[in-house]
Amino acid sequence: MKTYQKTRFVVNRDPEKCIKCQVCVRQCGWDTHSYVPERDEMRSRDENCYNCQRCVTFCPTGAISIERNPYLYSENANWRPEVIEDILRQAETGGILLTGMGNPRPFRIYWDHLLLNASQVTNPSIDPLREPMELRTFLGRKPDRVQVDPQKVSITTKLAPQVAIQIPVLFSAISYGAVNLNVHESLARAASELGILFNTGEGGLHRKLYKYGKNTIVQVASGRFGVHADYLNVASIVEIKIGQGAKPGIGGHLPGEKVSADVSETRMIPQGTDALSPAPHHDIYSIEDLSQLIYALKEATNYTKPISVKIAAVHNAAAIASGMVRAGADIIALDGVRGATGAAPKIIRDNVGIPIELALASVDTRLRQEGIRNQASIIAAGGFRNAGDVLKAIALGADAVYIGTAALIAMGCHVCGACHTGKCSWGINTTNSYLSKRINPDIAAERLVNLLRGWEHEIKDMLGGMGINALESVRGNRLHLRAIGLTDTEMDVLGVKMAGT
Amino acid sequence: MRPMILRNNPYGEDKVTEACSLFGIMDRSGNRFSGEDAIRAIANMHDRGNGLGGGFAAYGIYPEYASAFAFHIMYDDKTHQHEVEDFLKHNFNLVMDDEISTRPTQGVSRPPVLWRYFLEVEEEKRGSLSEEDYVVEKVMAINTCFEGAFVFSSGKNMGVFKGVGYPEDIGRFFRLEEYQGYIWTAHGRFPTNTPGWWGGAHPFNILDWTVVHNGEISSYGTNRRFLEMYGYQCTMQTDTEVMAYAVDLLIRKHGLSVEMAARVMAAPLWSEIDRMPDEEKAQHTILRQVYPSLLMNGPFTVVIAHQGEMIGLTDRIRLRPLTVGVKGPMLYLSSEEAAIRLVCRDLDKAWSPMGGEPIIGRLGGTLAAESAVEEELVVSKRGGA
Repeated sequence: MKTYQKTRFVVNRDPEKCIKCQVCVRQCGWDTHSYVPERDEMRSRDENCYNCQRCVTFCPTGAISIERNPYLYSENANWRPEVIEDILRQAETGGILLTGMGNPRPFRIYWDHLLLNASQVTNPSIDPLREPMELRTFLGRKPDRVQVDPQKVSITTKLAPQVAIQIPVLFSAISYGAVNLNVHESLARAASELGILFNTGEGGLHRKLYKYGKNTIVQVASGRFGVHADYLNVASIVEIKIGQGAKPGIGGHLPGEKVSADVSETRMIPQGTDALSPAPHHDIYSIEDLSQLIYALKEATNYTKPISVKIAAVHNAAAIASGMVRAGADIIALDGVRGATGAAPKIIRDNVGIPIELALASVDTRLRQEGIRNQASIIAAGGFRNAGDVLKAIALGADAVYIGTAALIAMGCHVCGACHTGKCSWGINTTNSYLSKRINPDIAAERLVNLLRGWEHEIKDMLGGMGINALESVRGNRLHLRAIGLTDTEMDVLGVKMAGT
Repeated sequence: MRPMILRNNPYGEDKVTEACSLFGIMDRSGNRFSGEDAIRAIANMHDRGNGLGGGFAAYGIYPEYASAFAFHIMYDDKTHQHEVEDFLKHNFNLVMDDEISTRPTQGVSRPPVLWRYFLEVEEEKRGSLSEEDYVVEKVMAINTCFEGAFVFSSGKNMGVFKGVGYPEDIGRFFRLEEYQGYIWTAHGRFPTNTPGWWGGAHPFNILDWTVVHNGEISSYGTNRRFLEMYGYQCTMQTDTEVMAYAVDLLIRKHGLSVEMAARVMAAPLWSEIDRMPDEEKAQHTILRQVYPSLLMNGPFTVVIAHQGEMIGLTDRIRLRPLTVGVKGPMLYLSSEEAAIRLVCRDLDKAWSPMGGEPIIGRLGGTLAAESAVEEELVVSKRGGA
């Protein structure tokens, strides 16, 4: 069948600058560039290009640029190029369209409609360069009160397991198999250096990384890949993955080509077989079943670790979260509609779920209304871009946030959305050994550490500006937020007032 | 007409902000003395207020009715007074009531009707509630449900006297030099976003707890939302109110010592906790883990008092002033040292406590060891001043 699809991008190569060194040929994971020795000529197959910018970045003479193919279709607000391209792809394949990364659609990004406060006159702002500024956060279940001995000299309460983090930002679940071991190792090492946690995702944890267990959240997902006693016990937190923001309601799909020998061993599945995790956990058809799994994991880890439950942010997230807390979850992880993925059906990524800002606000409010907010920490996820987003999330009520895409960008990702092809030219979302070597854990971990050190300083600066020297004093403090350009209903859900009021 | 309490934040701001002068004086041997020194001392800090609020709390002033709750109630006028009095008679055994005696004073205008009631709680009426919880419930009911009435004092053998004006004028207005108490606290107010309302002046009171406060709590939203989970309604929308409720929750309901509560509200820095011996470190860590939302963040100094105890505390990095003075059994707490020296020229010691370090004066007690060490330090620095 002749394809009617057009190339989305055009590769421009300046012949004046090109020295035919073929770096681009070697760098592209999708074979966009080629060299024809007989004619001593560089060529491009534009239809292969995902605009990941790897060749542009690495071309030593700056000869390459990528353009959006401009004159494809007649202007039409409904039949936009993306819509037509999807129809053409489907007409030619008859399948579900797959994609990678988070929801790219222009839904309202509420972070951009929220503004933070600062101190003027009536209380002093605090200079974090000269004064202490505390970000230390504890994840885990807290009691509603402490118990004190009758003489009132000591506290007799013993707390449920608590995990300290030094910055309220954690690396979100990114599974081994989707990404390669170098990426996992980079995340683990950065988490270890920063005093935070990285999340293994649902593909198990390579034994080589067990030494970073203190800084690890291990996931138990519906496929139970790589779940065994050592795996559970090496971690600081065990997370039950119910859902993911990029694909609420469905399971994962790791194509067999990515299941290498190491991935096979870690995931405990045969090499080369597809790793399909079911849509639901087949032992969780209701809330009481979740409780059983939570307590099974608590038993398996001898009540030494908080158990987190991660859900995609969906319409009734507040009610579900309340049930999860009552079922015994010590941490609730909420993944909003902009949460990313290594591979998901495009129709689901783009149309299912709700923004994290709204889900977070409504969950925090509900748990407080029910008087059970102390019983679980809340981790928010799904599209966090910078320290401003993080601090706004904490003011809405989050204890910490997960970042996935931002961490990958720090390592080189350009958010081209071709993760599902498994041929990531930046060496991230691939287990191909040639491509994987592009992530050097020494360098990638340093980039991650730099990113979060930057955010840490920025959060401290903003906190100091508010006249606050401990992060806990801004947690759930929605009086430090004001809305701009939102409707009354939106402000009501977010629990914030209009700027100027 | 709406409940009086809604007047406290007329513009519907996040909260009422203000700054102030504060003063406290206690005879730790329990001897009672008049309000004269408190009035003179707070007058010496006249410029720290702006005439929109002043007030006093006095302990030990009603020994003849020591077992009854003394309610001080302000009314807009006499039209609604009988409704509240019916409510009081229905819920309490009314031992005695009278109009609070005042004198016309320049600088104090349009006072409300001020009435005093001595009330006993009858056991069959309170049911399963404790006496204290029963009283709190009734105070809240009057303040939020009755028009034109506000209970501004509700403890046993103590009383709050406050209003709109400079504190020294309010003190003369209430004839406080005629009362005898063993603790006096005083407050001059500088509200920045409210025109001032008699009930909004300090001290803030519930039961026999009083708080006078100088500060601006940036963590107000966090503190308030946490307290709301425990059933407190922050209707006054002031820092002082959340401070008082936090103290009530921690000390009265959760049974913490005053020292522990101070460690919650002005928690030591993690860098300090990390250096503590293991047991102490564990205790401080638990307090910060369980009550992070009651850390009072931002500048404050408070003088908190209840029967037999007066406590001074600043925020943990001491962004508002507090000076302590000691002369024999007399303990003085003040925004400014000059105010103390005005009423006691030959102090044994005077010093500024560390940020977050509670200064606790107890009947018959000496100051806590920690501050005693501090006293020595300062005394030696000042050459035995």
